[in-house]
Amino acid sequence: MPQSLTPWFLVIQRLGIALLTLVIVSFAVFFATELLPGDVAEILLGQAATPEAVAGLREAMGLNEPALNRFIGWLVGLLGGDLGTSYVNKMEVVELISGRLGNSLKLAGVTTLISVPVALALGIGAAMWRGSLFDRIVSVLTISVISVPEFMVATLAVLIFAVWLGWLPALSYGADVSSLSAMLKAYAMPVITLAFVVSAQMIRMTRAAVIETINTPYVEMALLKGASRKRMVLGHALPNALGPIANAVALSLSYLVGGVIIVETIFNYPGVAKLMVDAVSTRDLPLIQSCAMIFCVSYLSLITLADMIAILSNPRLRR
Amino acid sequence: MMAEATTTTAKDAPKRKGPGYRFNWVGRIGLAIILFWAVVAVVGPSLAPHPPGEIVDWDYFGPVTKDFWMGTDYLGRDIFSRILMGARYTVGIALAAVTLACTLGVILGMVAAVAGGWFDMILSRLLDAFNGIPSLLFGLVVVAAVGSSIPVLIFTLTAIYMPGSYRFARALAVNVNTMDFVTVARARGESTPYLILREIFPNILGPVLADLGLRFVFIVLVLSGLSFLGLGVQPPNADWGALVRENIEGLSLGAPAVIFPSIAIASLTISVNMFIDNLPTKIRDRSE
Repeated sequence: MPQSLTPWFLVIQRLGIALLTLVIVSFAVFFATELLPGDVAEILLGQAATPEAVAGLREAMGLNEPALNRFIGWLVGLLGGDLGTSYVNKMEVVELISGRLGNSLKLAGVTTLISVPVALALGIGAAMWRGSLFDRIVSVLTISVISVPEFMVATLAVLIFAVWLGWLPALSYGADVSSLSAMLKAYAMPVITLAFVVSAQMIRMTRAAVIETINTPYVEMALLKGASRKRMVLGHALPNALGPIANAVALSLSYLVGGVIIVETIFNYPGVAKLMVDAVSTRDLPLIQSCAMIFCVSYLSLITLADMIAILSNPRLRR
Repeated sequence: MMAEATTTTAKDAPKRKGPGYRFNWVGRIGLAIILFWAVVAVVGPSLAPHPPGEIVDWDYFGPVTKDFWMGTDYLGRDIFSRILMGARYTVGIALAAVTLACTLGVILGMVAAVAGGWFDMILSRLLDAFNGIPSLLFGLVVVAAVGSSIPVLIFTLTAIYMPGSYRFARALAVNVNTMDFVTVARARGESTPYLILREIFPNILGPVLADLGLRFVFIVLVLSGLSFLGLGVQPPNADWGALVRENIEGLSLGAPAVIFPSIAIASLTISVNMFIDNLPTKIRDRSE
């Protein structure tokens, strides 16, 4: 094979692994929710669970078929956009999710727009002035944010911005989007919290990536030739650190998936995560499965994207 | 991924000189706080000034007073006593899960590294797939399926963090496995269990212990997250995450009932991080 094709071969291989992973993950999600609990028909019927009714409902829902058949049927339905019907309110899962998904994506999008530039600036800055007071403050702050649970970051944000400063409403999601300021206020808290969690990761990884390039001989050479620190970092180290940095950004964004679950719950934000947490408390299995798959797919695509960037930006594979 | 990020910066930490295993003061503070919480988890509940489950104050979300050192919660129960009791759940569950996860992961990792071949390949692929599930989500799905109890929590957390531990131990063991002294031992005709236990295990122990500490932090975080969502330790018992959840209504009042459990979680996780980051390089990077 020609040398120049090697990275693309690796990328395709990575995609294949991601697909295989997705199948295993969907298998795990399906069987964790479908096989472990007690009889679904009995749960659904509740008080009215006479043996005949249970048998009838099992037949109607196709529960008597072998599990593998049901899994394949579920997977095919999933691919075709048929997510099944909610157990609790008999609504199509697609309908329940579609509106919520937009909300969650909006939250994630705004967070990304804010946190990426801030995190890159802070991370590169900390690497540039490594060991300085600025670097130490950034390091202590990021490690503190990483070491505490997401809900604590949210709690602190509420304490500071709502309780002490009184700028923003505390724990309610205002459905009031009539004016720009009202909308900003409604989004502010969840976005601030998520941005903190995601940026902390991103700053640490960016700093590590830039420092790694600074430690290479050619950057040291630039320094020895008399280039200023700024020129050394921005002109020589940064272009070569772009790949690892992009990798870091994609990886950190995958923390959105976990963060969003907590943040939507604490701020009562009507997104997919809130829907899923509510579905867990009502044991609404089709809804849980679909939400879980949405999260797994987004998480997996971000991780795969990060890996592919890492492969493509590796100069040893680029000839 | 978080583990990788943290280890990278761990390497940035200044190296200390001197004989033996010496900790600098940051590491010592970390260790002291860890030991403090460990002692509290064992003897804490008997030191509690009030019974943790009993309503002792007519006021809810009470302030810090002489009787109630950390205020009272939404029912008027003493927060200080509940935190002492909660330490047992948080530290106990996390410790059990991390021990199980790392023991299983390290054993499987070493076996995979030494055995190689199809065993290694299938196991690695399968466990990598588990890494494709966000940890909190995995917990949510399992709890939705089987309900929440302490053994379920321990096994779920084990299942979430075992693949990472496997990966870490396998990568280390693969390196050690190619070293001369292992080849020599193999040429002597030593059995595979001997190779794993006597030649490889002692040489990856240091980094594995550091990894165990980091994993402990992640487990505490996910456990608190689950409890915060109401899916972890169930009432009337409460770990620290559940204490924050119970009293979240008091947040807009700035009640100490929300703040102190949060501080308890943060003090534990941050001090473990501080301790691991400042471990003597001798222990941490023994394989390098």
